[in-house]
Amino acid sequence: MAPSGAAIVAEGLRKEYKQTRALDGFDLTVPEGSVCGLLGPNGAGKTTAVRILSTLLEFDGGRAEVAGFDVVRQAAQVRYRIGVTGQSAAVDEILTGRQNLEMFGRLYHLGAAEARRRADGLLERFGLADTAGKSVKHYSGGMRRRLDLAASLIMAPQVLFLDEPTTGLDPRGRIEVWEAIRSLVAGGTTVLLTTQYLEEADRLADRIVVLDRGRMIAEGSPERLKSTIGGDQLDLVVADAAELAGAARIVAGVCGAEPEVRPDTRGITAPVRHRTTALAATVLVEAVRALDDAGIAVEDIALRRPTLDEVFLRLTGHRAEAGGEGAELAELAELAGGRPAPGGRGEEGAGSGGARAASAGRRVEKETTV
Amino acid sequence: MTTTAPAAPARPIPASALSRVRWTIADSWTITRRYLIHWVREPSYIVWGLMYPMVSVLLFGYVFGSAMVVPGGGDYREFLLPGLFGMTMMFGIGNTMMGVTTDADKGITDRFRSMPMARSGVVVGRSAADMINSLMDLVILVGCGLIVGWRAHGTIGETLAAVGLLLLLRFAFIWVGIYMGLVAKNAEQAGNFYALLFPLTMISNAFVAPEMMPGWLGAVAAWNPLSSTVAAVRELFGNPGLGGDSWIAQNATLMAVVWPVVIVAIFAPLSARRYRRARR
Repeated sequence: MAPSGAAIVAEGLRKEYKQTRALDGFDLTVPEGSVCGLLGPNGAGKTTAVRILSTLLEFDGGRAEVAGFDVVRQAAQVRYRIGVTGQSAAVDEILTGRQNLEMFGRLYHLGAAEARRRADGLLERFGLADTAGKSVKHYSGGMRRRLDLAASLIMAPQVLFLDEPTTGLDPRGRIEVWEAIRSLVAGGTTVLLTTQYLEEADRLADRIVVLDRGRMIAEGSPERLKSTIGGDQLDLVVADAAELAGAARIVAGVCGAEPEVRPDTRGITAPVRHRTTALAATVLVEAVRALDDAGIAVEDIALRRPTLDEVFLRLTGHRAEAGGEGAELAELAELAGGRPAPGGRGEEGAGSGGARAASAGRRVEKETTV
Repeated sequence: MTTTAPAAPARPIPASALSRVRWTIADSWTITRRYLIHWVREPSYIVWGLMYPMVSVLLFGYVFGSAMVVPGGGDYREFLLPGLFGMTMMFGIGNTMMGVTTDADKGITDRFRSMPMARSGVVVGRSAADMINSLMDLVILVGCGLIVGWRAHGTIGETLAAVGLLLLLRFAFIWVGIYMGLVAKNAEQAGNFYALLFPLTMISNAFVAPEMMPGWLGAVAAWNPLSSTVAAVRELFGNPGLGGDSWIAQNATLMAVVWPVVIVAIFAPLSARRYRRARR
């Protein structure tokens, strides 16, 4: 065990391929029991970092320790203490779920009875007990990933690497996997998660490391990352378009800044200058009161942080993902939260729909806290 | 630190050479068992794998066979069967290659590599399973051969030696299959490699004596590793069709051992290196 209490330590990792420099002096420290989200666009070096830390890839410079052991010199020790779940379900299609877990258990040098006992426990825990005797080829995408995750947990690893654990899954499968990951984290496992989905990092990670072109360009809690690039915003939608101008004047007075008005969606957005959410909340209360006094009906009003999507855009100068993904994730957020987002989303233009729909998803959460 | 229940068990690391060997054997057996389970769960794999040689017995034995001339005289089907045995051994490479590529493609190889198992366990287990599979293939093909009139005329020792040479060829090509499977990017590409195998088995003495081909092609066919094994096996079984004045044809039995050894010497280290390094 590392005396520092860090489960993962990487110092100055470098990895070069023929043409590209995949990692260019990458540093990372992940404290025990925390969830670190590695975020970055395709080709940023996320997968390379995970493959090096999980002893799968040789590297050109720097050093790395996982669970207190050097990933090169003490690879076998590291391998006993990690679980790796990659971008596809790495399980045998023909074997049954139970046979898969038993096989992997035997490869960890467990006895037959112990391998069986652990397999059954994990199948139960991941809701696969009923299908344990069926060939994996009959499993759904979500079930395969859960089995894959179960295979990573046979040795109750100290550190779990999840490389884009929900890529290619449908919304239901994604939620199933998110729930499985959350229950693990509650058990104290240290997790290094890579994802292209900002919503995923936002939901699962305590701390986010943003990677671009093989280097860390920012890190912090999701909330802190969001606040570093700007404070909260007041977002509202008026019931009647005719009252937009009046509402905008009131908002300008309360926030002390010129709001952005979007007539097509009857929406108004204004920055809130206060640095803390508690103070910003008083602005929300003031705005509601002033609008009410003026007799302006409001369909939706909320205080929100910029989305990670916006943070990412600011940090890297480019988007993390193709457009449209955000809308899909906002739907996911709704499915997971079980609540519908406030109205008005259907009218949004296709081009800007991504980012704004994602923010609509966040707004639901925010409202409950205000 | 907090651990998730159940608590982590012992994590043995082999200290001595002996325990390392024991480890390798245990891990290889786990992998071999994986494939044995495959066959039990999906027997159709074996049936499909045997379809081609069985159809070939009928196709070459009866359709083309009536027009074939065996150099030095003799029954064509007696000449043909050793060729089919050899061809089946070489076609086994497809199984190996597909299995390896699919595992790598799906990340199963990476999962194995991320586990504290013996490094050679995966390939040794794979080749053991392939050898068991090949032995079954041979038994079934020999059965088909006996039905169509093929016989082994040699002593029991010679017959077993012939089977040994066939399995040796298969063993050598397992390593070619593992290497090509690791090199192939996906199952589709592996399938393309496999398609190349058909002409490679045809340009040999398996179906037609090389002396009856145009000179340059005959030379290529004579130097095909498959030809050496097939010629040696014909001799040991006492089947007709021996001949050729070239050095390679005269030293078939020697070369039936040398070729596989050379192939293993080249492809086993290549595969091991490729396996140790990552795919990406």
